[in-house]
Amino acid sequence: MTAVSGTTATTWKRKLGKSSPLIYGTISFILGIGLWWWATKSGMSELPSPFAVLQRFAELALSGQLFADMYASLRRVLIGFALGSILAVPVGFLMGWYPIARGFIDPWIQFFRVIPPLAIIPLAIVTLGIDEKPKIFVIFLAAFLSSVVSTYQGVVSVDKTYINAARVLGAKDGVIFTRVVIPASTPFILVGFRIGLGSAWATVVAAELIAAQSGLGFRMQQAQLYYELPTIFVSLIAIGILGLVMDRIVVWAEDRLTHWQERV
Amino acid sequence: MTSAPKIEFRNLRKTFGEGASLFTAIDNLDLQIRDGEIVTVVGPSGCGKSTAMNIVAGLTDVSSGECRVDGKLVNGPGPERGVIFQQYALFPWLTVRENVEFGLRIQGVGKKDRETRALHYLDLVGLKAFADAYPKTLSGGMKQRCAIARAYAVNPSVLLMDEPFGALDALTRVKLQNQLLDTWSRDKRTVMFITHDVDEAVYIAHRVIVLAANPGRLQEIIEVDLPFPRNDEVRLSPEFITLRNKVWRAVYHRDDQAA
Repeated sequence: MTAVSGTTATTWKRKLGKSSPLIYGTISFILGIGLWWWATKSGMSELPSPFAVLQRFAELALSGQLFADMYASLRRVLIGFALGSILAVPVGFLMGWYPIARGFIDPWIQFFRVIPPLAIIPLAIVTLGIDEKPKIFVIFLAAFLSSVVSTYQGVVSVDKTYINAARVLGAKDGVIFTRVVIPASTPFILVGFRIGLGSAWATVVAAELIAAQSGLGFRMQQAQLYYELPTIFVSLIAIGILGLVMDRIVVWAEDRLTHWQERV
Repeated sequence: MTSAPKIEFRNLRKTFGEGASLFTAIDNLDLQIRDGEIVTVVGPSGCGKSTAMNIVAGLTDVSSGECRVDGKLVNGPGPERGVIFQQYALFPWLTVRENVEFGLRIQGVGKKDRETRALHYLDLVGLKAFADAYPKTLSGGMKQRCAIARAYAVNPSVLLMDEPFGALDALTRVKLQNQLLDTWSRDKRTVMFITHDVDEAVYIAHRVIVLAANPGRLQEIIEVDLPFPRNDEVRLSPEFITLRNKVWRAVYHRDDQAA
């Protein structure tokens, strides 16, 4: 009998141990919202209460406005990010593989890397107009710069032994590139994607605050004019959730594609 | 030996760097390795033993002189010279079987045939059960066995081994030495084996090449006239001890103590 109850207790403990971060997270979240509610209720803060935000959330969701804003922001990020990383991977490979290409391209990348992408916006608006183009361009730049550096790092840090091992098995440059260099640098490329997506997301919101007619950043900008705090909250929460979801997707892809890695 | 040498170094010299930082890794090396022979190369660090092997492998070029395999000047790597590295160099993104298939795939061997051959060589090294595992799940000894299967799979006529068992524990090392000898007894493939372990050098070799350092050059060639098959009896025999002492003195330049 004791043995049975002992086993049950261990199983329970294990289950609890496994899910405890989730439980603690949920409790913490509920406490935080409770604190927020209490602060607004007691008049300590002028912020809208959680219920006011929830209500606005429902209104914006039902009217379709929220989704239209999310779509506008996501669309810019995904187009800019896709273009940026599609270009970053070959350029990164080129720089890693050919020292001459590195010599020519690297100074430019190092220079543009230290300019915050947002600082390009005034120039982009003047030269590309006020529609989607300047925003997408700035996001493209943000995603490109962070992805290109890590792709290049990935290629130059491919263990020479792998290349030698492939060569002695009869591999020529083309095969070494596709079957050794690309897989070996995949972990680096994915890290670059993760950073690139993060900086693309940060850039889109800021770009929309400056110049846009749609999107989550634009909605906040409008709400600010009319002192609509609940709308600002809804936008902020939406930005946070979308950012988190995108990050998780990249992490998931990373786990799937680089499961072979020895993790320390 | 009447037949032409399998591997031949002729007046070989290899330097790295230039000017004040010029370093002579190998100076004036003349050496012949016969077909079907197991030759071990020992020497202190800086004697150029790994450089010599990399030159045969075609991974390093010569500064002057020449290196020939089967009478042909070495010009880049080739699948007829299999290399086994100390760090295993398995591709971590491929499974054990895919690693063994790597060279076959380059040769354009079909999928079915590739799989059959890979499994055959994995069976030979006792890793068939791990065919679909990734290298990260293997122990050091298993990784090296996989690397050996990968080298065998393309059927090279020469095996070049650069301290292949150096990172393994003593027990695993002895096992793999016996496995190597066992395979050799069947296929009589030429082996050039770099090691820093004097016992290992004597145990598996027909001849031990002792190199001296700074600059790397030939010190002495010691014939190992121990009987095959080599086993524990051989390893514990007085003849073995005598030979290992002789190699030891040659490596550490203690000629004065030679009896």
